[in-house]
Amino acid sequence: MALASLAILVPLLCAILLAATTSLRRRRIADVVALAAAGTVVVLCAALAARAAGHPVVAWMGGWRPRGGVALGIDLYADALGAGLAAFAGVLAVAGLAVAWNQVDVAGHLFHALVLTVLAGMVGFCLSGDLFTMFVFLELMAVPAYALAGFRVAERAPLEGALNFAITNALGALLVLVGIALVYGRTGALNMAQIGQALAGRPADALVAVAFALIACGLFAKAAIVPFHFWLADAYAVAPTSICLLFAGALSELGLYGVARVYWTMFAGPLGPHAEAVRDVLLALGLLTALIGGAMCATQRHLKRLVAFATVAHMGVLLCGVALLDGAGAAGVAVFVVGDGLVKAGLFVAVGALEHRRGSVDEARLYGRGRDLPVLGAVFCASGLALAAVPPFGPFLGRALIEDAAAEHGLAWIAPVLAVSTALIGGAVLRVVRTVFLGRGPVPPPTRSTAAGEAGEDPAERGRAPVATLISVVLVAAGLAWGLVPGLVDGAAAAAARFVDRGAYAAGVLRGVATDVAAPAGHGPTTTAWLWGAGSALLALAVAWAPTVPVGPLRALHSGRIGDYVAWLAAGTALVAGVLALAV
Amino acid sequence: VSVLPYLVAVWLLCAGIYGVVSSRHLVHLVTCLAVAQSSTYVLLLGIGYRRGAQAPIFGDIPTSARVVDPVVQALTLTDVVVSATVTALLLAIAVQAHKRFGSVDPDDLNALRG
Repeated sequence: MALASLAILVPLLCAILLAATTSLRRRRIADVVALAAAGTVVVLCAALAARAAGHPVVAWMGGWRPRGGVALGIDLYADALGAGLAAFAGVLAVAGLAVAWNQVDVAGHLFHALVLTVLAGMVGFCLSGDLFTMFVFLELMAVPAYALAGFRVAERAPLEGALNFAITNALGALLVLVGIALVYGRTGALNMAQIGQALAGRPADALVAVAFALIACGLFAKAAIVPFHFWLADAYAVAPTSICLLFAGALSELGLYGVARVYWTMFAGPLGPHAEAVRDVLLALGLLTALIGGAMCATQRHLKRLVAFATVAHMGVLLCGVALLDGAGAAGVAVFVVGDGLVKAGLFVAVGALEHRRGSVDEARLYGRGRDLPVLGAVFCASGLALAAVPPFGPFLGRALIEDAAAEHGLAWIAPVLAVSTALIGGAVLRVVRTVFLGRGPVPPPTRSTAAGEAGEDPAERGRAPVATLISVVLVAAGLAWGLVPGLVDGAAAAAARFVDRGAYAAGVLRGVATDVAAPAGHGPTTTAWLWGAGSALLALAVAWAPTVPVGPLRALHSGRIGDYVAWLAAGTALVAGVLALAV
Repeated sequence: VSVLPYLVAVWLLCAGIYGVVSSRHLVHLVTCLAVAQSSTYVLLLGIGYRRGAQAPIFGDIPTSARVVDPVVQALTLTDVVVSATVTALLLAIAVQAHKRFGSVDPDDLNALRG
């Protein structure tokens, strides 16, 4: 019981402690306290996930348990997927804090306090069983994240990145709140299980559809789904490396986790008869995101923006898995999030290490200058192959499970689309290996956007590069090995089956009844998935050698203007809400 | 319950978003965002409103009295705090932009594109 509360309280209290003692300016204290707190979160959430593997853990704040099947208080609900995701966020926070260890440009304790607050928000968001609490934790992880993105305020690019990040995400959170208000107006409840019961009573109408669309679109802004994604590359390109890996590996993924959680606990009942329409809308957004993210990734010369757009493309792939609206798709998403998140985090650290060593993140300026950095080159090469979904590593396994689940819905045609998307990302990273670390083939043309964030971090940090290189090796190796963990497919299938069972959720929360959910037999990737994995790897090699990808108009859309971004957000929300409202 | 609060909420939301889209001044932009956020206050309070009901403070009224929904008022208060935090952070960014680059036009920052 106490585990769930402690996993939120420990990082939050340590953050307050660090913020209160910031005038001491003792770096070592901040590093040690923050790392210990993040490590504690990992242990607590892992223990929680282990305990929840059989039956989920429900903790009622202040002992306000439900009476007669009506929720009075606020609960924390930990199942294997939620607690596992929280533990994964903790792992990335530990890695990020280790990268930041003794880094010069984060003097004072406030940096660490902000990281721990983000982490507390993430854990709370994962474990929340109450809709409004979920919103509060969403904001708790978002606001310090804005501040962290703009941590280097002395430069123009971080200021603009943080501004775009904060405004688009604040508007996204506002949409979520409007959706919550509509749901509360209809049901008079804020507990998700209670809302699910109340909504299931009658068929869906336009209000329910619009409420779902608003909550989903607000969370899509966090998850960087096209057309809500514009802020992401701006923010991730300017944030300190130690923060980028937490953002890219967990922050965006949590947005999609929120959509899936909200759908399965509340809206699966009323929207169930209209699942086809919901699936089509989500799938269209997912495929669009996967393709646009992949194309933008392949055109980038600014390495941090390149990895940022890879994140966008992966969010598209993940949304395709969520869009299948079944346990098999959710299992694939869970496997993909961890495998891909580890690889991407490692890649971000490697980009940071390269920046420290060579003072640039511009591919054209770095041409051939990485020849004497074999370890970093190997990290780039391994992560490029993994991101291209080369079998049998972590990202491949996740993508293959999503494709197999799609095939069962007669959607086998999304496999080639996802293969193209991942091939574009993997190809872009492999192209960096060719130009920077091998110095071969066509020289990339310098572009305007690479001027951004060019100042590099403090030269005094260069002595830290070996540690960063080591961390990137560990992260990428873990991401590769993730696909080989025995029993992973079965475990993910069982956890996902629990995640998508609304009846078991409601019984567990409202009546405290531990229900057994029949775990479907998970099966490994089919031959078709292996073939698409190999195909995307070959395509990635072709992309790596291609001189440029002509997507000028697409790049022009990413204007850097906050007004444009917000206009896209409003238009996208109106479209999704309109389509869903007409469909029910 | 009249439909007026809902219309006001939608109007505030649309006006705020239009202001953010068209803004050429960071302080104006942040204020427009605050206008958009205030639409949620109106919406929440409108949802909890009961005609002829009292404030939900049971110190001097019988517990059977007709009162407005206290939950939405708690939500609104929390929301105000959250909005104030975001506004403060954004204004701090605006101050930094003015101090370091002498401009509060979001288009002048213009370091990121493509």
